[in-house]
Amino acid sequence: MLTLKQSRRLQSVLVGTSSWAIAALIFFPILWMILTSFKTEIDAFATPPQFFFMPTLENYLLINERSDYFSFAWNSLLISSVATLLCMLIAVPAAYSMAFFESRHTKRTLLWMLSTKMLPPVGVLMPIYLICQSLGLLDSRIALIVIYTLINLPIVVWMIYTYFKDIPVDILEAARLDGATTLQEIGRVLLPIARGGLASTMLLSLILCWNEAFWSLNLTSSAAAPLTALVASYSSPEGLFWAKLSAVSTLACAPILIFGWISQKQLVRGLSFGAVK
Amino acid sequence: MADLKIRNLKKGFDGTAIIKGIDLDVRDREFVVFVGPSGCGKSTLLRLIAGLEEVTSGTIELDGKDITDMAPAKRDLAMVFQTYALYPHMTVGKNLSFALDLAGVAKSEVKEKVQNAARILELEPLLERKPKQLSGGQRQRVAIGRAIVRNPKIFLFDEPLSNLDAALRVQTRLELARLHQELQATMIYVTHDQVEAMTLADKVVVLNGGRVEQVGSPMELYHQPANLFVAGFLGTPKMGFLRGQAGKADGAACEVKLECGAQLSLPLAAGGLAAGSPVTLGVRPEHFNIVPAGQGQLRVIADVSERLGSDTYCHVRTASKEMLTIRVRGDFAPRAGETLELAFDPAHCHLFDADGQAIAKRLQQAA
Repeated sequence: MLTLKQSRRLQSVLVGTSSWAIAALIFFPILWMILTSFKTEIDAFATPPQFFFMPTLENYLLINERSDYFSFAWNSLLISSVATLLCMLIAVPAAYSMAFFESRHTKRTLLWMLSTKMLPPVGVLMPIYLICQSLGLLDSRIALIVIYTLINLPIVVWMIYTYFKDIPVDILEAARLDGATTLQEIGRVLLPIARGGLASTMLLSLILCWNEAFWSLNLTSSAAAPLTALVASYSSPEGLFWAKLSAVSTLACAPILIFGWISQKQLVRGLSFGAVK
Repeated sequence: MADLKIRNLKKGFDGTAIIKGIDLDVRDREFVVFVGPSGCGKSTLLRLIAGLEEVTSGTIELDGKDITDMAPAKRDLAMVFQTYALYPHMTVGKNLSFALDLAGVAKSEVKEKVQNAARILELEPLLERKPKQLSGGQRQRVAIGRAIVRNPKIFLFDEPLSNLDAALRVQTRLELARLHQELQATMIYVTHDQVEAMTLADKVVVLNGGRVEQVGSPMELYHQPANLFVAGFLGTPKMGFLRGQAGKADGAACEVKLECGAQLSLPLAAGGLAAGSPVTLGVRPEHFNIVPAGQGQLRVIADVSERLGSDTYCHVRTASKEMLTIRVRGDFAPRAGETLELAFDPAHCHLFDADGQAIAKRLQQAA
């Protein structure tokens, strides 16, 4: 028979081990991608797969020769950041009015917004392509910025709405009685209180924009192409070159991974904002 | 100066009337308490005065100026919320100065006003702290301080003590009374706690179902309740009620025959009361006396007794199954099931008609 103390310890060891196992399972594909990017093409195709090999930078050098990585990265950065900012600019007032001036239609509006996310993007590819074409926006950053802003808007509004709902309305009413205008109330009271939640929402939006591939592949070719388009360009035309594909994927993921790593504290705080209030 | 006039004020939410036509005057430097059970509309009324809710109809005037549709910030009122509603990201000092900063008051003046409020409320050592580092009582003082720095025409308090523990509530209640004297300010205070209402108010407004039941000084309301609701609401333990029928009535006395068998003559000017009409007799717990058998007006059976040390509250049942509470000496506690004989002075009785309205003023007070 185990004592209470022993069974608690056993429980914590089991929970700890299984957490690490699940984390390792989730992280493995990323690790494998990074490892493969340092292999030669022959090592990359070897069966059984090789864990120990002679690392090489040849894939990275080749990519650098063949394509202008920084131009793609700049497009990714610019499009993601501007789309995220625009999205926040629209979502904050929307969430403010829905959270603090709730009407009979608020819940329905929120559900309707979310339902738009259920539509497969390919279903609206033709009309959006034709609109972009007639406006001369094919292969332009503006088209991607507008589309990314709109496709992320429902999720961003929902997230901010949830954070705002956790803030007691009394605080905003106190500000109103203290003489704050609506803009001052939002800018000097609401946003500073919700900054954790807002930061994690921005981060999520940034990640979603950065990783978006469907619209970037269909609406851009070179001038406005972001990193996802660069990765795709290494996939099929010349057969599958796993090592090069892994190298370019690593390059595409690296910035957002590093950014996520740096801001993980903020992210966790934001995601658990309601729970720990 | 701060004279508030409310005329025929109504407020409804989605077709449901919450405030059903209220007329009220609050005079300069008065401490007015809105009291009533949950959902009676007292907080809504306060929020209408503050401008946090839109008025459906009626008017609110402050010093002769119509403020019914004015933005909250322009009304020159300050409110202390039940939840304190401090700005969590600002220090105590910033919380106090926020309104003045928004109004563009000069830095030196802001500093002086903040220091002054901090001194009155003993907040000086806490000015650099964030709200989450303060205790409940300290947070409440910051919330009051935030109102003081603005030097408003009227202070509005929305159940400010309900989040404090019992001991702190008593202490803060005293501080509020002292503050009212010191600032000589007009204050409107919402509470469901009748002890707060009785101890703090110059004028109590008893609300029920969105209407004003009675307005008056605490003692006026206690001794001359206008109806059954006010009589039952104010006073702990509550007033005991006995059903009965009116007998002969003239300008000087009124006979009442109670369902539990007793018959008595009350010194009331109940001339308009028809003989045989149903009435309710009200007697406060402290006005009952336990007397030897045969000397009282009412025979009851003891139920539960609550001994508080100084007093004992005996819950008793009459022959007609009405429950009464009587207050007796702390060293006395009847056994459950024991028969007691009660006497009460008819001069301390209240009589209510079938609609629950107090029938007439007692003769001695009318005189």
